[in-house]
Amino acid sequence: MPEPVSFFVDGQPVTAAPGTIVVDAAKTVGNDIPVFCYHPKLDPVGMCRMCLVEIGMPQRDRATGAAVLDEDGQPKIAWLPKLQTACTTPVAAGMHVRTTTDAVERARKDVVELILTSHPLDCPVCDKGGECPLQNLTMRHGPGSSRFVFDEKIKLEKHVPLGDLIYLDRERCIQCARCTRFQEDIAGDPVIGFDQRGRSLQIVTHSDPGFDSYFSGNTTDICPVGALTTADFRFGARPWELKHSDSICTHCPVGCNLHLNTRRSGVAGDFVIKRVMPRQNELVNETWICDKGRFGQHFATSIDRLTVPLVRRGGQLVEATWDEALAAVAARMQAAPGAVAALAGERLSNEDLFALRRLMEGTGGRVALWPGAMGGGDVVQQVGVGAGTDIARASGDTAIVLVATDLEEEAPVWWLRVRQAATKAGATLDKSRAQLIVLNGRSTTADSCATHVVRYAYGAEAASVTALTAMAAQVRAGQAPPAGVTAEIAGAAQALAAAKNIIVFYGRDGLGYAGSTAVAQACANLLIATGNGGRHNSGLVPVWPHSNTQGAWDMGVRPSGLGAAEFAADAAVVIAAGADPLGDGEQLPGSTFVVAVELFATLTAQRADVVLPARAFTEREGTLTSGERRVQRYYPALPVRGQARADWQIFSQIGEQLGLGKSPVSAAAVMLEISRSVAHYAGINYQALANVEAQWPDVGGSDLYYGGTAFQNNGGLGVQTPTLIERGQAVAALAVAAAAAPPEGLRAVPVAVLYDRSTTFVRSAVMGAHIPAPYVELNAADAARMQVADGARVRLQVQGRSAELTARVNGRAPLGVVLVPQSLGGLVLHSAQPATVERA
Amino acid sequence: MTEHVVLRHRQPGLENINQLAAYQASGGFEAYRTVVTSMTPQAVIDLIKASGLRGRGGAGFPTGVKWSFLSNRFPRYVVANSDESEPGTFKDREIMERNPFQFLEGLMIASYAAQASTAYNYLRGEFWELAARLDAQIAELHAAGLLGKNVLGTQYSLAVHNHLGAGAYICGEESALLESIEGKLGQPRLKPPFPADRGLYGQPTVVNNTETLANIPPIVARGAEWYRTLGTESSPGTKVMCLSGHVANAGNYEVPFGITFRELIFGLAGGIRGGRTLKAILPSGASAPILAATDKVLDTRLTYEDVAALGSQLGSASIILMDETVDMSWVALKTTHFFKHESCGKCTPCREGTYWMTHILDRVQAGGVQATDLALLSDVTQQIGGKCLCPLGDFATSAVVSSLKLFPADYEQHLMGAAAVPAKPAARAKVAQPVS
Amino acid sequence: MMSLQQKYPDEVAAILARYPADNKRSAVMPLLYLAQRAENYVPAAALDEVAALCEIAPTQVASIVGFYTLYYDKPGGRHRIQVCTDLPCALRGADDFAAKLCAHLGVEMGATTADGKVTVEAVMCLAACDRAPMFQVQNGAGLTFHENQTLESVKALVAKLQAE
Ligand SMILES: Cc1cc2nc3c(=O)[nH]c(=O)nc-3n(C[C@H](O)[C@H](O)[C@H](O)COP(=O)(O)O)c2cc1C
Ligand code: SF4
Ligand code: FES
Repeated sequence: MPEPVSFFVDGQPVTAAPGTIVVDAAKTVGNDIPVFCYHPKLDPVGMCRMCLVEIGMPQRDRATGAAVLDEDGQPKIAWLPKLQTACTTPVAAGMHVRTTTDAVERARKDVVELILTSHPLDCPVCDKGGECPLQNLTMRHGPGSSRFVFDEKIKLEKHVPLGDLIYLDRERCIQCARCTRFQEDIAGDPVIGFDQRGRSLQIVTHSDPGFDSYFSGNTTDICPVGALTTADFRFGARPWELKHSDSICTHCPVGCNLHLNTRRSGVAGDFVIKRVMPRQNELVNETWICDKGRFGQHFATSIDRLTVPLVRRGGQLVEATWDEALAAVAARMQAAPGAVAALAGERLSNEDLFALRRLMEGTGGRVALWPGAMGGGDVVQQVGVGAGTDIARASGDTAIVLVATDLEEEAPVWWLRVRQAATKAGATLDKSRAQLIVLNGRSTTADSCATHVVRYAYGAEAASVTALTAMAAQVRAGQAPPAGVTAEIAGAAQALAAAKNIIVFYGRDGLGYAGSTAVAQACANLLIATGNGGRHNSGLVPVWPHSNTQGAWDMGVRPSGLGAAEFAADAAVVIAAGADPLGDGEQLPGSTFVVAVELFATLTAQRADVVLPARAFTEREGTLTSGERRVQRYYPALPVRGQARADWQIFSQIGEQLGLGKSPVSAAAVMLEISRSVAHYAGINYQALANVEAQWPDVGGSDLYYGGTAFQNNGGLGVQTPTLIERGQAVAALAVAAAAAPPEGLRAVPVAVLYDRSTTFVRSAVMGAHIPAPYVELNAADAARMQVADGARVRLQVQGRSAELTARVNGRAPLGVVLVPQSLGGLVLHSAQPATVERA
Repeated sequence: MTEHVVLRHRQPGLENINQLAAYQASGGFEAYRTVVTSMTPQAVIDLIKASGLRGRGGAGFPTGVKWSFLSNRFPRYVVANSDESEPGTFKDREIMERNPFQFLEGLMIASYAAQASTAYNYLRGEFWELAARLDAQIAELHAAGLLGKNVLGTQYSLAVHNHLGAGAYICGEESALLESIEGKLGQPRLKPPFPADRGLYGQPTVVNNTETLANIPPIVARGAEWYRTLGTESSPGTKVMCLSGHVANAGNYEVPFGITFRELIFGLAGGIRGGRTLKAILPSGASAPILAATDKVLDTRLTYEDVAALGSQLGSASIILMDETVDMSWVALKTTHFFKHESCGKCTPCREGTYWMTHILDRVQAGGVQATDLALLSDVTQQIGGKCLCPLGDFATSAVVSSLKLFPADYEQHLMGAAAVPAKPAARAKVAQPVS
Repeated sequence: MMSLQQKYPDEVAAILARYPADNKRSAVMPLLYLAQRAENYVPAAALDEVAALCEIAPTQVASIVGFYTLYYDKPGGRHRIQVCTDLPCALRGADDFAAKLCAHLGVEMGATTADGKVTVEAVMCLAACDRAPMFQVQNGAGLTFHENQTLESVKALVAKLQAE
């Protein structure tokens, strides 16, 4: 840590890290210098001129260098003749800043007045009204009236769709460039920009399709006026009418912290989520979320939610009371001791998973994670990233390695943070970039800012990690990388050998359970060999397919590695909780009694004998464990739909019927049990999870102008579970299972896409246009050989199953590989498989 | 009385020095040869420092000092600023058209001094035909072994490229110019860092005006001492003064720094057209305060310091002369209109303020204003002045502030209810709206 | 439509060669002049191609077209007569000259003649103040200065342009 710098704001002494800019430093002592263009997450540009202050430095004698003193013996201050922008000026030792002089106040008033001359002042009908930086700063610093001729204001278009999610009101825009800088620097997707110049500057997009970026919603949060609004929220409510509760996004393993705004709405006057906003957690999502998280919550209030228990009578599912339904399940389970098989979905909370495991243990049944397509949770418990790891701020001494993952598609906000580390675009004092090493069988977005890209043949994932590990060890030992390897591989080995910290993300691109398990071990071995497992700013991050896969492993619920039919082969009762094996193209034995614990009438629920309606995450309490092993708590936001119950309640109540003891009174009570029985959850309880500490930058509160509409975290920062290494235990490298020889000929490779057809996403109507019809991606040479053109219909056949889909020939699939995006309604693949493709 | 240091093509017998052979026959590229084959980069920098050469782009910053600020990183770049967009300047164009090789030689010597292996010449887009000729001339230099790999058999290699702008005054500002070469909007950057530290592509960069660069070969050829015999102690050398407006003989005049306005206008340029009376002078295009043509002003020496002492700037010496028929509130409208059109839009005060100044001045011309409007106009100049990221905002207020102060009657005649003034056709014409 | 690379392969290569390989974005301005050559404005399809050549987003190219006045995103007349009416030229009668030219063409300032041949525009200083009245003619092929003009000389030029 470099020595802090001491300086003065309005005479008050302040200290700050060298390089800190005056606006940020003043804020630490409660001096809110007003800003419009400045945003603490973006590099300063100094364009709005709202932050002008007076700046002076102590005068020094030219000859001696000693401070010149005035008559009172105080250092004489040489004030700069012009006002300076506090947002672009770094603090310096002995600097004096004046923020309350007439000149400063006049400057603020002038800027507000000038901005308002071309602003429509339509606050009464503006979505931002009530939480608008321009409105707030006008109240605080603006002139009471304007002297300019208002009938001569410019009139511009008011409802410009920049895409189908984001609308622009051209009159309201104050040309601060926050949105364009976010898209270019933070999101790396500059699809919006300025057109014209001077007073004609306007935000436009010329991309096709428009403003369609995974992070677009964030621009509406940081827009300091109501110029950018979302299709989902605009005209939906006034901010002051909204209630809010804290939540966690359930769409992916990042675990972004959310702030859910709810209000009564519609004819029925039911409470609904009006908007989803990011809640600051600097180590998780900072102040950002992706559009899937922002717009993908409508499933919770979808009209087709299950609301009452159903039991099958005379071949029909009919409504029943909870008592009847639970009794029916208990009776069947009692009749079949040891013959119960439970499939647990990867979105269930820790409490749910724990209660289900308990139920199975109590009845001699078995439980497996479903679909459980990815392995390595135990390895993550050993060598996962250490406590307090901060991916985005990783700098030059860190190598970030991505193995078999398309991070932007699978965990968007991790990609945002990795990208920040690799580019250091955006506001950061430390501009040294982390090394980014990407290992994949195909190109992904991450290649765009990678320092080294290593291409392997599908099937050689773990082997290439192992080879790189060996090579890095050689380099460390002073040897040159072996002759014959590509410059990229040699470079990657050298970067790994030189790195002080290593963070490895691994995923399941083209892999199934066995393959990803091997990759996890290979990555763990790399970390162990270099002493980088489970340390602060080092370790393994699994890019899980779902939001609580890690929690499931922690609760002792793991994939079986088997198909549903095999797993349930001799079971008399199957419980499918948040799991839809039939929807995933699997079978269940015809004779089994199926119990579905579900939100929706999935294929499995339709086949079930008893259907128990579960509560959505918005109607209950619970915890989820992110891929960085942060246990995070979510809170009820909406009234319960119908008679739905929390999954943990349902399992405990079945257990109660079976004489397994009284059901716990609350989710918190379940967590207490967890903390007693799961070693690395010791000490984790709902109070601890709700703890918050001061975060930097200090967004929220009354300072909406500073960080935009980002919300302060009041619901808890969560607690990271310690790795085995952090708990002081030795972890040894283990042999990596050899991969099966890759199949000959054309191979179908499963890959993930963000906007898919999963039950919890497909119900967001606003996102409908963004979910593609099922497709495959073909290599151009393969396509030419098959005489398939881009956009043509093809028939894909894999292991006797087949589907008709659209072919995309877009230069992304390697030769001999058909990329098959999963969860789009095409074929479900558990690993790379031999395939045939022909024109349909 | 005048020695042509940069307008050498005006010297009898040298009309053809826009031909490489003729330029070389008159000693051209000998300075470059000397520098590349026998001088260290540092020695070149020291020589230019000793000459006292000051930048001709407007700010008058000592050129050798600027070169010595280069950060110790490579690659480095040298960029010639041939944007020449200040209303009333047309000197760089004459140099590049009629004496192109002297400018290129200067650019090449600067590149050697900066140890840059690539140099760009940024020309305003309107210099399209000129750029095409320069392209051909640069190709000739390649063919002659003066550019390219291992120049003149030395270790030094250099490539020079032209880069055309496309109609944006602000790209004359050096950091906006660099943004423009990088393929971005021509909006000025924050300073620091200065180009000498982080310029083109984030690398150390020298930006010099065309005329500045054209001064370099003679300095190298004839020495710093000789150069200092021209001009004044703190403004050495000669300067091309661009005379336009109501002057009898408009055009470029290369004169030593230190002659007076009177000598230049009445001695060399034939005085005021039609024998009218000189009313006011804009010494630096649209950017610097207007001077009333008093005896004191006319007897002021043309140096950076002396003009600054009058409360204005010599700048690039684009001297616009206005006779007694000119309504100074109309002049203010013309300049304001220019800056409104050219504001890049980055800073609120400049973006909004130039709009409102133009607006009020338009109404002044239409005769629909009251005294409070003039007070508001004056106030807007303060809302802009000193509050912007680059000097364009300040430039935009200069003519307004100075005309309000020096020529209040020109405004008052337009006040509602003021006695009708005789029509002045040329001066009263409404500003035609330019396309944007 | 033929791409720039098909139409002007040598020029595209020469332009890209002027800038460092990892700063292809620098080529955007010269490439836009090339894109404007055929039709005297930048057609929307060219935005995408220039973007691809410079390895930037089409919106970033469009921003350049919007910022700089010599690029056009809509067709105008085949020739644009751009009269400087800035202060120095205006002091030498440029406003009057421009008004008379408009009257001769029968169009308002900024408009295009009915035959689509000529657009007349008022522009800022063109660095030819000592030779006012003056204008430049912009068309796909580039820009040409016309200095020390009279109403007669410009009428003759217009007749020539309209006869093309
Ligand atoms: C708004 C603005 C416009 C400018 N236009 C020009 C110009 O057209 N030509 C020029 O050489 N310098 C221009 N300058 C000055 C340049 O920023 C820079 O100071 C100059 O190119 C440095 O070269 P010199 O040291 O040789 O003068 C301009 C500055 C500003 C603020
Ligand atoms: S990155 Fe993942 S957790 Fe975060 S908002 Fe997007 S889907 Fe939700
Ligand atoms: S200029 Fe500092 S906040 Fe905009």
